[in-house]
Formats: sequence, C-alpha cells, structure tokens
Amino acid sequence: MKAYYIFRMFYRELKIQRKRITLTIFALAWGTFSIVVLLAFGEGLNRQMMKATHGLGEGIVFIYSGQTSKPYKGLGKGRRIFLREEDIDLLRNRIPRIELISPENDRSSNTMIYGRKTITERVIGVFPSFGEMRKYYPERGSRFINSLDLKNKKRVIFLGNDLKDKLFGPEEAVGKSIMVNSIPFLVIGVMKDKLQNSMYNGPDSQKAAIPFTTYQAIYGDKYLDRLIYKPSDVTQSESVKKEVYRILAEKYKFDPDDTQALNVWDMVEEEELMTKIFFGIEIFMSIIGSLTLIVAGVGVANIMYVSAKRRTKEIGIKMAIGAKKKHVLLQFISEALMIAFIGGAGGVLGSFLLVELFKFVPLEGFVADLLAHPVISVDIMILTALILGIIGFLAGIFPARKAASQNPVEALRYE
Amino acid sequence: MIKMKKIEKIYGTGTAKVEALRGIDLDIKKNEFFGLIGPSGSGKSTLMNIIGCLDVPTSGEYYFEEKDIKSFNHNQLAEIRNEKIGFVFQNFNLLPYATTFENVEIPMIFKGARAKERKARTMELLDAVGLAGRAHHKPSELSGGEMQRVAIARALANNPSLILADEPTGNLDTKSGDEILAIFENLWKQGHTLVVITHNPNISKRAQKVVKLKDGSIENNNR
Repeated sequence: MKAYYIFRMFYRELKIQRKRITLTIFALAWGTFSIVVLLAFGEGLNRQMMKATHGLGEGIVFIYSGQTSKPYKGLGKGRRIFLREEDIDLLRNRIPRIELISPENDRSSNTMIYGRKTITERVIGVFPSFGEMRKYYPERGSRFINSLDLKNKKRVIFLGNDLKDKLFGPEEAVGKSIMVNSIPFLVIGVMKDKLQNSMYNGPDSQKAAIPFTTYQAIYGDKYLDRLIYKPSDVTQSESVKKEVYRILAEKYKFDPDDTQALNVWDMVEEEELMTKIFFGIEIFMSIIGSLTLIVAGVGVANIMYVSAKRRTKEIGIKMAIGAKKKHVLLQFISEALMIAFIGGAGGVLGSFLLVELFKFVPLEGFVADLLAHPVISVDIMILTALILGIIGFLAGIFPARKAASQNPVEALRYE
Repeated sequence: MIKMKKIEKIYGTGTAKVEALRGIDLDIKKNEFFGLIGPSGSGKSTLMNIIGCLDVPTSGEYYFEEKDIKSFNHNQLAEIRNEKIGFVFQNFNLLPYATTFENVEIPMIFKGARAKERKARTMELLDAVGLAGRAHHKPSELSGGEMQRVAIARALANNPSLILADEPTGNLDTKSGDEILAIFENLWKQGHTLVVITHNPNISKRAQKVVKLKDGSIENNNR
C-alpha cells in the first residue's frame, strides 16, 4: 500500500485520539529516555573503569615471588621461590613471544629534596620497557628512562605527576636536579596524568622511577620484587604464561603445576572478568529499561485496539473493494510502529540532550571520573531501536490481526 | 457469467436459526442488466453479498466466470472483489478522510498498479462521471449524487466484469437518481454486466431480467 495513505490515516488517527496518543508517546519517550540514559551511564562507567584498569597497563602479566605448596623431586614444600635479575634474560631468550619485559624493585620512604621542599616517597628501579607496559607516559617536553640511562647507570629520575606537584608545585621540573637520599638526580620526565584504579604500593602518580641499573648500584637488591612482561599477542597470553611458569619451575626446581610457587597477576584475565561483570550490568539495565517500555507498549496496543474498533466500517469498505489481510495488517502495524518511533525518537533526543548537558557539569574526583562520563554508543542505539521495534510490532500485530480477520459483511454494517 | 445452484445461507443454530436464503438458482449472463427486487428481509442483501464474494453460502454451488468460488481462500476472494467486481452501495461507503481522487484510486493501489497508471485511470474515470473538477474535494463536500458518482468511478477502477449495486438511488433525490440511472445504462451499453438491487421501478423497468425474492426464495422470474 502507498506509504502516503498510511501516513494520512495515521495523521487522522492522531487528530482523533490526540490525548491518548500524546500520553502514550510521552510514556514511550520516557521509557526510551530511561533505557538510553541507564545504558549510557552504564557504558560510561564501563569505559572509564576499563580505562582506569588500563591505567596499570594492558595485556601485561606480573610475577611475584611465592612459596611452594607441593614437594618436588625430593625438595619439601614451603620453600620460598625468589626471582633474580638473570631471569629477565632467561625468559627473553627462551620465549620470543614475549614482546616487553622488565624487572621492578622498589623502596619506600626515600627522602627527596628540591630547594627547601622535602618529601618522602617511593622509588622504583625499572627498564625502559616498563614505561610502555605500565603507561608511564611522559608529559610533553619530557621523557622516560632510555637504554643509555640503563647502560650507563645514569642518575636520572622520572616523577609521577602528583609527586612532581608536591615537590615542585607549578614550577617546571624537567632539567632540575633533586636529591634522593642525598644523591643528586636529574629530572628527565614527569608522568602524564592518568586514570588508575588497579595498583600496588599506591598510585603511579606518587612514585618516582630510576634506571634499574642505577637502583641496583645504590641498593644492591639480591632478588627482584616483581617481574613484568607483555606478550606480543594478547590472545596467546595464556600459553605464554604457562611457558614462563614452566621455565621458571625448571630453573627453581618446583612443580610446574604448583600454583603457589610464584604469584601471577594477569591483567588479561582481570579484564575478561570485568568485561563479564559489565555485560551482566548492561543486561540488568536493559531489562529494567525494557520493562518501562513494555508498559508503554501496552498503551500503544490499547490505542490500536480502539482505533481498529472505530475503523471497523472503513476496514469493511476496503475489504469490499479488494483489500487483502496484508493491507489491513500493514496499516495497523505501521501505525503502531510510527507511534513507537515518534516516542522513541523523543526519548533518544532527550537522552542525547542530557548526556551532552552532563559534559558541562563540573564534577571532580575519582568517583566523578568513573560515573560522570555517560556515553551513547551505537550498540545502545541499536538495542533501543530493536526493543522499540519489537514493542511497536507486538502492540500492532494483535489489534491488526483482529481488524484483518473481520467478516467484511459485518464490518460494512458496523456503524 | 454467474451460476448459482441451490444456494442456501443459514445464520445461527438451533432456535436462533435464520434461513436467509433457501435454495436459490440463478443464472446471470454476460452483459445482462439484472434486477433484484423484494421486500426487506427477503434475503436480497444476503444474496448480493454472496454474488459479490463478500460472504460465502452455507451450501450450494456458486460459479463466477466458471470458477468455483467455494474453493477460494480469503485472499483469492479479495482479488476477485478487487479486479472482477465493482460495488456501488446505497450509502456510498466512501472513505471520509480521502479525497474524491484518492477514493477512486484505492482499488488500484490494492491491485498494485503503478502511480502513473493510477493517476491517468482515476482522472479518466472522474472525467467520465463528470467530477474531474472535484478531484480534491472530500466526500463531506459533495452532494449525494456526486458521492454516488464517485462510488461508481471507484467501482470501475480496475475495469471489473460485474457491477454490483445495492439500492444505488435509494439515498438520492429523483434528479440525482435519474443521473445515476443514466450512467448505469451507459455502462450496460458499453458491455458491463449489471446486477442491481432496487426498489426503484425506473430501474427495474429498464432491467432485462428481474427476479423477485421473498422469504429467501425466488418468487417469480418477471422477465
């Protein structure tokens, strides 16, 4: 049937049932608004949480020392296993699938002095690859530790942005010299501010990094506090992790199945878990939103029933001049979909406005960083359109079927 | 063109049973002007609905252009109504929200005709019934005679072989009634088959064949 007629008839219905249709459209708009806003905030939280988790690094694995829980080849359980510096080269040489690897040792309570300012903070000793893995990205005009620093045991230092603020205030830090435990260090870089919710020994913004060689020259640690690596292909993370474990088990003589011999913190696993949790939250929010919309859908069905009843005679006339069932069905379903579409469009528009306006609300702090970034994604739009379409269709199909299955003679007689 | 054998139509069951038609035999030839008369409640409208494929008989045989209507489903009946039969009702039955043009065009939309074709045919028909100038008026802006002329134009939209009219002049004054009658006569002369239910002696006089119904049976074949 001609779309024009469908619109014409819908417009006429709109005039006749103005109040009822307006209220239903409002209900649909409100339902759509709730679902889109709920999902937008959920999606925003999801993205911010991911970003915050990524603040620690993406696809990286941490390995810490541990204690054996199984006897192995005549060695008793309860043996402490410590990582050593040479393990870095061992793993790098044996597993080409490791793209980046770095040791990390740290000391807390280091006295740092600049001018008249003195603070006490944590210092870590790392490789240049640590910066990339752990997102110690330098601010413009500064840099992270490089291989020359490492090779020459240079006394250079990279500051976390909060640490820098404490020590320097608004003053430029790069190129300045500071004293760390009475040893002079040259500031080569300051970390770019980042969102971070996963951490150990405090946020990165409050730490200072120096070359691992320099660190060892000062402190001479026998063991590594931890070892961080990143496989070149994240999808192979699991098998790389097994290989790392097997090689270390071979070296330190523990059962490769003894999961307590070394502690492993796998960011890939953590991310997968988070993705699942957020998917669950999203489903939950979609269900709540859909329920609101279903209530509105009942309103649409009500309108269509009234409309079908009122137009009985008209349907009879059309049937007499040759309308098939599909023509009648099409008319009613299209009208229900149009109501759903108008209501949905209103709701989407409203939620877009809210999300846009939210950007102007001045909110600060970690919680606001996580919660106050609603995002209307393509997925949300598709999901909303789908739910609205289904509701419109269901609200239209039953009255439409009723209208289309009338006896033309009786319909013609209806006054 | 139309053959009916022992057509019965029964409404309801048990004590509420109403026998609207009791064994009607009917033979309407192509290009015939056929009149159907009878008092109210005689079963005229029921018979008309069956001839027009709006309703199906309870028993009996009905052949439309030699096709057995009994075997037809909903959609096939709708197709016959759309393409082979043109209805003209006593109370016009125009769609109130649609213009004259649109009312005439709708059967062609159901048939799936192209827009260009529809437009040309609609204008041709409106011209034929003398309403080309009223193409964009709504039914509420037309007189009874004009509305009935729109209905006739609509009935002719898909060039049907049968025109079925139920009291076409019943709601019109004498002058308009005569105009409508003239149109019908013209159509008949052009080769259309006409079946008209009427009380109007002017129409029954001009019909080639008139059948009188009484209590659901054919009382006599006048001519």
